[in-house]
Amino acid sequence: MSRWLRRGAIALLVVALCWGLDRLFEAFLVEYAVRIVIFCGLNAILAVGLNLINGTTGQFSIGHAGFMAVGAYGGAYTVVQLETWLGPSLTALPTFAQQAVALTSGVLVGATVAAIAGFLVGVPSLRLRGDYLAIVTLGFGEIIRLLFNNSETFGGATGYSGGRPLGLTTYTSFFWVALWAVIVVTVVAHLTRSSYGRALRAIREDEIAAEAVGLPTTRLKVMAFVVSAAAAGIAGALFAHLQSAVRPDDFKLDRSVDMIVMIIVGGLGSVTGAVLGGIFVAVTLELFRQWAEYRLVAYALLLVVLMIVRPQGLLGTRELDLAAVGRWWRARRTGGAS
Amino acid sequence: MVTFLQQLVNGLTVGAIYALIALGYTMVYGVLGLINFAHGEVFMVGTYVGIYAALALGYEAMRPEAFGPHQALVVMLAAMAGAAMLGLTIERLAYRPVRGAPRLTALITAIGVSLLLQNLGMLVFGADPESFPRIVVERVYDVGGVVVTNVKLLIVAIAIVLVVALELLVHRTWTGKAMRALSFNMGAARLMGIAVDRVIAQTFAIGSALAAAGGILFGLDQSKCDPQMGVLVGLKAFVAAVVGGIGNIRGAALGGLLIGVAEQMTAGYLSADYRDAITFVLLIGVLLLRPAGLLGTVRQEKV
Amino acid sequence: MSGGRPLLELREVHKVFGGLRAISGVSLRIEAGQIFGLIGPNGAGKTTLFNVITGIYRPDGGEVLFDGRPIGGLPPARIALMGIARTFQNIRLIGEMTVRENVMVAGHHRRGVGLLGTVLRTRRWSDGERALRRKADELLEVLGLSALADEQARNLPYGSQRRVEIARALMLEPRLVLLDEPAAGLNSKEADVLKEQIRWLRDTFRLTVVLVEHNMHVVMGVCEHVHCVDHGETIASGTPDEVRNHPAVLAAYLGEPSVAGSGAGS
Repeated sequence: MSRWLRRGAIALLVVALCWGLDRLFEAFLVEYAVRIVIFCGLNAILAVGLNLINGTTGQFSIGHAGFMAVGAYGGAYTVVQLETWLGPSLTALPTFAQQAVALTSGVLVGATVAAIAGFLVGVPSLRLRGDYLAIVTLGFGEIIRLLFNNSETFGGATGYSGGRPLGLTTYTSFFWVALWAVIVVTVVAHLTRSSYGRALRAIREDEIAAEAVGLPTTRLKVMAFVVSAAAAGIAGALFAHLQSAVRPDDFKLDRSVDMIVMIIVGGLGSVTGAVLGGIFVAVTLELFRQWAEYRLVAYALLLVVLMIVRPQGLLGTRELDLAAVGRWWRARRTGGAS
Repeated sequence: MVTFLQQLVNGLTVGAIYALIALGYTMVYGVLGLINFAHGEVFMVGTYVGIYAALALGYEAMRPEAFGPHQALVVMLAAMAGAAMLGLTIERLAYRPVRGAPRLTALITAIGVSLLLQNLGMLVFGADPESFPRIVVERVYDVGGVVVTNVKLLIVAIAIVLVVALELLVHRTWTGKAMRALSFNMGAARLMGIAVDRVIAQTFAIGSALAAAGGILFGLDQSKCDPQMGVLVGLKAFVAAVVGGIGNIRGAALGGLLIGVAEQMTAGYLSADYRDAITFVLLIGVLLLRPAGLLGTVRQEKV
Repeated sequence: MSGGRPLLELREVHKVFGGLRAISGVSLRIEAGQIFGLIGPNGAGKTTLFNVITGIYRPDGGEVLFDGRPIGGLPPARIALMGIARTFQNIRLIGEMTVRENVMVAGHHRRGVGLLGTVLRTRRWSDGERALRRKADELLEVLGLSALADEQARNLPYGSQRRVEIARALMLEPRLVLLDEPAAGLNSKEADVLKEQIRWLRDTFRLTVVLVEHNMHVVMGVCEHVHCVDHGETIASGTPDEVRNHPAVLAAYLGEPSVAGSGAGS
C-alpha cells in the first residue's frame, strides 16, 4: 500500500508543480508567451504519442493530424453538449471546477473517439508493409479532414463552434496541458520501459524474429497505434478549447508534418527527445511566424539534411535524464582533462 | 446510360493521366524499393515548366488558336526535359546519400523532398491556382449525347503511346534489361557489371519525364494548376501503382484507369465529396484481398 | 521412444514458389525427445521446411501436426507459443537491444500483466518483469553468457550470438527446438563442443531437437534419426548409418565429399 501512498504524494506534487508554473506564467509572461508554453505542452503530447508508433514500433504514420481532429471535434462536441445539459449549474461553479468538469470530460471523450478511429484505421493498415502504411495513413488523415469539412453537424469548412455566436469556451490553460502532458509521458514511458516496449522495438528491428519468439505482431502494432491515436486525441481536445472554434484547416497535412519534425528532431524512439522536439517546433513556429511561408521549406530541408547527416535524430533512441546529463558532463570533464 | 458513358469517358481520361504518373512510382519502387513521395511534386513542377514554356513560345490567352501543334509538342518536350532534370537532381542530392540506409530513413527523406518542392513551389509559382494555357484548342463532339473532346482523345492517345513505349523500353532494350536486373537483385546486378548508379538515374529521368507528360495532359484536361496539385494526384497515382501491383508497368496503367473510372463514377452517382475517398477505399480493399496488387506477384522475404 | 503419437509429424507437405516446387510431398515423424537431423545439399528445401513448420510459409498442401494438432498455416507467433522455437541460419537477434533484453522479449507472453497494469506499474507488473529477468539471467548463465548480458547483441562475436539465439529460443519454454545450421562457422573443436551442448540441452530442458546442418560430423555424431531431402523430396530416412550409406544420398552429395569423408572417419 505504501507504493500507492508514495504515488499519491508524487501525483499531488506534480499537480502542485503544474499549478505553480501556471500561476507563474500567468503572472510574469505576456499572453503571447503563455500561448507558446501551452503549445510546447500540446506538442509534447502529440510528439510523445506519435513516437510510440513511428519511433518505437517503426510503423510510420503521417496521418496523425486526422486523429487530432477526431479528438478535437469529439471533445468540443462533448463539452458543448455537457454545457447545454448542465446549464447554469455548471456556470455557477468556480472557474477551476468548470474547467475540471468540462475539459476533463472533453479530453476523455476526445481520447476515446480518437482511439476508436485509430483502431478502425489501424486494423486494416497495420497488416501492410511499413512504407505502405505511410501512404494509407496519409490518405486516412485526409479523408477524416474531408469528412469534417463536409459535415453540417460540425459546421463544414467554417468549423465547429457549438452553434453559438461566442463559440467554444476556452477552458484550456497551461495547467491542464501540463497535467495531461505528464500523464501521456508517464503512460508512454511506462509502456516503452516494459515488456511491451521490448516487444515493440523487436517488431521495429525484425518482424520475422519477433513473430518467431511468439509476439503477436499485428496486435501489438494496433495497440501502439491506438495509444498514439488517443494521445493525438487528447492534444486535439485540449487544442479545441484553446480557441473559439475547431476548423478543418487546423488539421491539414502541415500538422502531421509538424509532428514528424518533432519526433525526428528529437530522435525516433526517445520519449524525452520527443518532448524536446515538441518544444522545438512550438518555439520555432512562433519565432518565425512572420516568415511563415519559409517555415515549411525550412522544415522540409531540415528533414532531408537530418536524414542524410544524422538519421537517428538528435538523441537517437537514447533518453535524456539526470543520469545521462551526469555521464555527459563527466565525459566532457575527463575528456577535457586528458 | 448516357451518364454512365459520360462518366466512363471522363474517368478514362483522368485515369490515363494517373497511369502516366503511376509509371514513375512503379519504376522507382521496382528498382529501389522506395516510395518516391516527391514524384507528385515532379509532376507539379513539370506542369509549371509547361506553362512557362508556352508563354516563352508566345502563347496568348486571348488567341489560343494561334498556338500551333508543333509548339504544343515543344511545350510537352520542354516539360518532360525539365522534370527529368529535376528527377535526376533529387536522386543525386537526396536519395543517393541514403540509399544504403534503413527503409525508414529513405522514406522520411522522400517525404522531406516532397514537402520541400511543394513549399518552394508556393514561393516560386505563388500559392494561387493558375490557369493552364489552352495549347490545344478544344473541339467538342457529341456522340449520342456523350460529350467527347479532341483533348480527351488526345490525352488517351498520348498516354497509350507512352505506356507502350515504356513497355518496349523495359522489355526490349539493354537499359530496360538492366532496370529489371536491378529490381531483381541490386547486389548481383552490380557484380554483373551493371552501372547501378546510371541505371537508377535513368529510371528517375524516365519516370519524371512521364510524370511531366501527365502534368501537361492534366493541365489540358483540368485547365487549372497550383503548387499543391501534386499531393492528391500523386497520391492517387501511387495508389494506382499499388492497386495494379507495384513494380509492374501494365499494372500501373490498369490501376490508373481503374482509379480514374472509380472516382468519376463515385462523383457521378454518389457525391463529388467522396471522389477522393474512393481511391483509399480501393487501396485498402485491394491490399487486404490481394496484397501484391491485381497484376503483381507475391515475393516472399527470404528467411 | 518409438510408437505412440509423434511430437511433430509432416504428411505429404508441399510448398511451391511461383512454379518452383520447393518441397514436394515430404513426410516425416519426429518422436518426443529425439535429436533429429535434416540434411540435404544446398537448396534442397531444408530451411523451407523449417519455415513451413514455424508458420513463416503456409504449406500449399499436406498436413503439419504438432502433438497431434494441425498447425499448418497458423501465424508464426501462435506456433511459437504452442512450443516450437527456432534459431535462424542468418542470425536474427535484435542488434540494438542488450543480450538480456533479447532473451526477455521471448517471454513477453509470460509477463503476467496487461496494458493497464503495465501503465499503472502494479505490483504484478514488477513481479512479472522481475520473473522474466530472473529467467533470462538463468538461461544466460547456463549458456555461459552471463558476462555479456548487458552488451548490445550486435557487438557480440558470431559464436556468442548463436548462443544468445538458443537462449532466446529456450525462453519460450518450447518442447521442440529447430536449429538452423548451428555449426556454421565453427571449427572442428567447437563443433565437438556443440555436439555435447545439443545433447545436454535436450536432456536438461527435456527437449526434442531438429537440426538442419551441413557439418556431417555433427549430424552423424549427435542425431538419432537422419532425414535427407533433395530437390524438395525425401531421398532417405533412418539411422545415421543407414542414411550415410544410402546410395541416393551418396548420389545427391556426389562432389560434396563430406558425407563420404565423415562416414569413413567415424
